[in-house]
Amino acid sequence: MTRFIVPLVAFAILIPVLMIGLTRNPNELPSPLLQKPAPVFELPSLTEPDERVGSATYANQIALVNVWATWCPGCRQEHGFLLELAAEGSVPIFGLNWRDNRSDALRWLQALGDPYIASAFDEDGRVGIDWGVYGAPETFLISADGIVIHKHIAPLTREIWERDFVPLIAEQGGSN
Amino acid sequence: MIPEIGHFALILALSLALCQGILPLIGAQRNDAAMMAVARTAAMGQFFFVAFAFGCLTWAFVQSDFSVEYVASHSQLALPTVYKISAVWGAHEGSLLLWVLLMSAWTVAVGKFSRDLPEAFSARVIGVLGLLSTGFLLFTLLTSNPFIRLSPAPPDGADLNPLLQDPGLAIHPPILYAGYVGFSVAFAFAIAAMLSGNLDQKWARWTRPWTTAAWLFLTIGIALGSWWAYYELGWGGWWFWDPVENASFMPWLIGTALIHSLAVTEKRGLFKSWTLLLAITAFSLSLLGTFLVRSGILVSVHAFATDPTRGFFILAFLGIVILGALALYAWRAPQLDSAAGFHPLSRETFLLLNNVLLVIAAALVFLGTLAPLVIEVMNAGKISVGPPWFELAFSIPMIPLVILMGVGMHSAWRTQEAAPLGRRLRVPALLAVAAGLLIPGFFYGRFGVLVSVGTAAAFWIIAASLIEPIRSWRRKPGMSRSVLGMSVAHFGVGLFVLGVTIVSAFNIESDQALSPGNAVDIAGYRFELRELRDVEGPNYSAIEGLIEIRRNGEFVGAVRPQKRQYLVQQNWMTEAGILTLWNQDLFVALGDQLGNDTWSVRIQYKPMIRFIWLGALVMALGGLIATTDRRYRVRARADEALGTEVAESA
Repeated sequence: MTRFIVPLVAFAILIPVLMIGLTRNPNELPSPLLQKPAPVFELPSLTEPDERVGSATYANQIALVNVWATWCPGCRQEHGFLLELAAEGSVPIFGLNWRDNRSDALRWLQALGDPYIASAFDEDGRVGIDWGVYGAPETFLISADGIVIHKHIAPLTREIWERDFVPLIAEQGGSN
Repeated sequence: MIPEIGHFALILALSLALCQGILPLIGAQRNDAAMMAVARTAAMGQFFFVAFAFGCLTWAFVQSDFSVEYVASHSQLALPTVYKISAVWGAHEGSLLLWVLLMSAWTVAVGKFSRDLPEAFSARVIGVLGLLSTGFLLFTLLTSNPFIRLSPAPPDGADLNPLLQDPGLAIHPPILYAGYVGFSVAFAFAIAAMLSGNLDQKWARWTRPWTTAAWLFLTIGIALGSWWAYYELGWGGWWFWDPVENASFMPWLIGTALIHSLAVTEKRGLFKSWTLLLAITAFSLSLLGTFLVRSGILVSVHAFATDPTRGFFILAFLGIVILGALALYAWRAPQLDSAAGFHPLSRETFLLLNNVLLVIAAALVFLGTLAPLVIEVMNAGKISVGPPWFELAFSIPMIPLVILMGVGMHSAWRTQEAAPLGRRLRVPALLAVAAGLLIPGFFYGRFGVLVSVGTAAAFWIIAASLIEPIRSWRRKPGMSRSVLGMSVAHFGVGLFVLGVTIVSAFNIESDQALSPGNAVDIAGYRFELRELRDVEGPNYSAIEGLIEIRRNGEFVGAVRPQKRQYLVQQNWMTEAGILTLWNQDLFVALGDQLGNDTWSVRIQYKPMIRFIWLGALVMALGGLIATTDRRYRVRARADEALGTEVAESA
């Protein structure tokens, strides 16, 4: 009576497919910027409205560009990890405060701590468009010669950091 | 303090679910009355504590207790109270709690209405449901605890996703879940039958009302979801073949097949192993749908916050439940099957065809939903399967299904003579052909093969499902509820087919740039933008257009579409203005601001679109009528003779 075993076998075949599928991220759309020079920009600083900050601020070193906003719950989620990362001091983190409200953003940094070497204030989201930002949080890894070497959508965690970012940074360090 | 009490109540519920899942099953195996007696009490207790936990979470929302992380992420002070309550199930953790609550409610209902069933059988059913509850409670407590605290508590919350701030969506999940979870009862009946090695016609009669009840909730839930997508997403579409929609549609298709196959098992004692397999599959697909939605494995507009740990947990649970059930099936089903013949022209044949076609339809949807995943896993790149594929693939089994339905309803069990069947169906057939030829051209001014076939099919079912009620009304009142329910549900299918056919053939869609004072003519109506004004809602601000609609100079109505900006999450929402007449919708949505006072306005004329949801509701009504049939309530004693029941033709 083999026909009664067919459903069991069919489902058993499906399980590994689902299992592998779980380890993939369907939102991981390849960024058109990947392996290309990161867009150059200059914006008012969030903390010092008279100063201008931008791609020059973090040039000539491996850096993270983190897109954040106070209205984004995912940003709150990853904030703790960003603070840890900043404390370790391995890679400078540049913040792009995207489509936000200045006083809210300043209050946020004051209340939760400021992991950024500087935050640019992208009020109308123009720079976000150049960078192909879909939503916050997004984090870009920029090489010393200004190339986008990795893009991560969704909150950053220690696990993702160790898995996706650390090897790339080590590779960069080796080739320099 | 309240959230901690809620958390504790959930832990108590888990321990009771474990008792409910283990003791009665052992008791039934050993014929130990004391152990079996645990079933109902444990189920009641589990329900009580889950309901209590649910109440605690609701309380945290109503009180805006932002020290609870889940509340802080999905509510806000200015949120209207009704949405504070519906926000409880507005995201993953709370909706899972709702799932557990509904599952324990179904269990209590089974316990209450199964008093006449053999003790060992109901103990097994409640036991299986207890094991399923245990899995979901563990899932909630280990990966998705809604009671986790947030310190320091933020002064205000992040607000509920504005898409969900809508009455349609507030009630859609509870009803949809009631359907999903309801299939667990049919599943438990199937497992219990296989464990006891005893599957007879009485079993099918016990299972039928539960299956139909779950199916009717699922039908209403899906219809509500579709209606919500129609007016809230602002595109005017009513079905998108999105993975999450498909996840609810696959169990519906299999559940529909199950209802029909159960009819054969009850009346004729046939299709036993097939019925078991469908009962297992319907619930398995509900579980698979949960997995797809909550693991983030597929991209969807509906996707919940995703987390791979959750995905692995559900996958493990899914694996245990489904593999276990299918292994039991492979072992026990061969002994349960009975081989009895039936004539090629008989109701059995048509129900068999119904099952085959519905299963093919479900398989096609399954294929389209999982194909992107499979292809990605094989490293062959990323693809997405779009609505055109689904529409074509789905219509292949559906057209014959709809045509056979009319004949099947009027065929007798065992064997049917062709001549009287032909005489009986002559009027519906003539009516269908006439409608198919005349209606598209006469009312809508255009012919087409598809639209004629669709209209003819719709009138064919509508007329065929009216024959029986009309006959019994004229000659012998007292048609059984089962027959009436079947006729009503099939009548609903006809309305649905009519709506789908007409709206897809004659829908008119037009994007216009309008400033106040401008007017455009579409589908015989004149749409005039009278004014634009700012509107303040409780937690949003909006721009509202006033559009007056006239036909031949005569005022028909006015709509007020809005473009809302929600203040906390800062996203824009389109609130369409819809003027509903009985046979058409005029749908107006604001697009983008083009100039100072100029907006792009999307205007759509949607004939017969209400028939889609009306049809679904009528189907559900048919299900409701059928579940209230007397014979399900008559004491189902183990020794009851079934002779008279078999003779009846339902």
